[in-house]
Amino acid sequence: MKGSLIILLFFVLGIFAGIYQMLPDHFLENDYSMYALYFLMFLVGIGIGSNKKSLDLIKSVNFKILLVPLSVIVGTYIGVSVFALVQDNLTWIDSLAIGSGFGYYSLSSVLISEVSTDVLGVIALLSNITREIITLLLTPVFARYFGKLAPISSGGATAMDTTLPIITKYIGSDYAVISVFSGVVLTILVPFLIALIL
Amino acid sequence: MITVLAIMTAGIFLGWLLHHKKQFLKIVSHTTNWAIYALLFLLGVSVGTNEKILNNFDKIGVQSIVITLFAVAGSILVSWLTYILFFKNNEG
Repeated sequence: MKGSLIILLFFVLGIFAGIYQMLPDHFLENDYSMYALYFLMFLVGIGIGSNKKSLDLIKSVNFKILLVPLSVIVGTYIGVSVFALVQDNLTWIDSLAIGSGFGYYSLSSVLISEVSTDVLGVIALLSNITREIITLLLTPVFARYFGKLAPISSGGATAMDTTLPIITKYIGSDYAVISVFSGVVLTILVPFLIALIL
Repeated sequence: MITVLAIMTAGIFLGWLLHHKKQFLKIVSHTTNWAIYALLFLLGVSVGTNEKILNNFDKIGVQSIVITLFAVAGSILVSWLTYILFFKNNEG
């Protein structure tokens, strides 16, 4: 939660810097963000490759555990496709791209704003932060009425870190491995799925 | 976009090679956070200089929340089915 607040703070500071034109003109004319994104993706790659958790988890893979992140992906895509059908502001492709953040708002928003429009990037940011907040608030309800995989599924990519404590509190620590596994798989897939869709 | 994925894959390979260098990974983790802050600041700047987004911020906010409700509902329903079919019976 602290992480989300810091991220929102930088986003809001940026908005004010933009509105009150506090930045030098050449800064606004040149788009440095693409290089910053390349740099970030390189760092994110190092993080994934060096993560002992993800190395260990490969050993625990079996058919059943793979079904968990797969259900999250299929379910999210069904959900956002229904959304795309009932309104006409966002296209089906845009909706799928936003859903592909699975709660990983920092990466999905900067990636989407770079590849697509800033509007879509902002929606991705707000939507995926909302996914984390919903999970933090409603995990007890989800666990009670929709089975033990429900909070893991709602948490998406965040099920491996920010929402893991609350999830394991309500579904039991025997499901912690599944939660981390699902979160790691989704986190790694986020940039690939967004790239495939947009 | 292919460039982005290629760069990330190169990073994964380097990370795998250097996964025992604790000090290096600590620096990477800190730098990652600051790169994210910088990019979100820049996203904020483009929002702050974009009248279209500023004037529709309420609409964009509502849209973001509604699409999330659909995404969460869909994923919970599918994983509920997965739970009933594959997980529930194995519990003691």
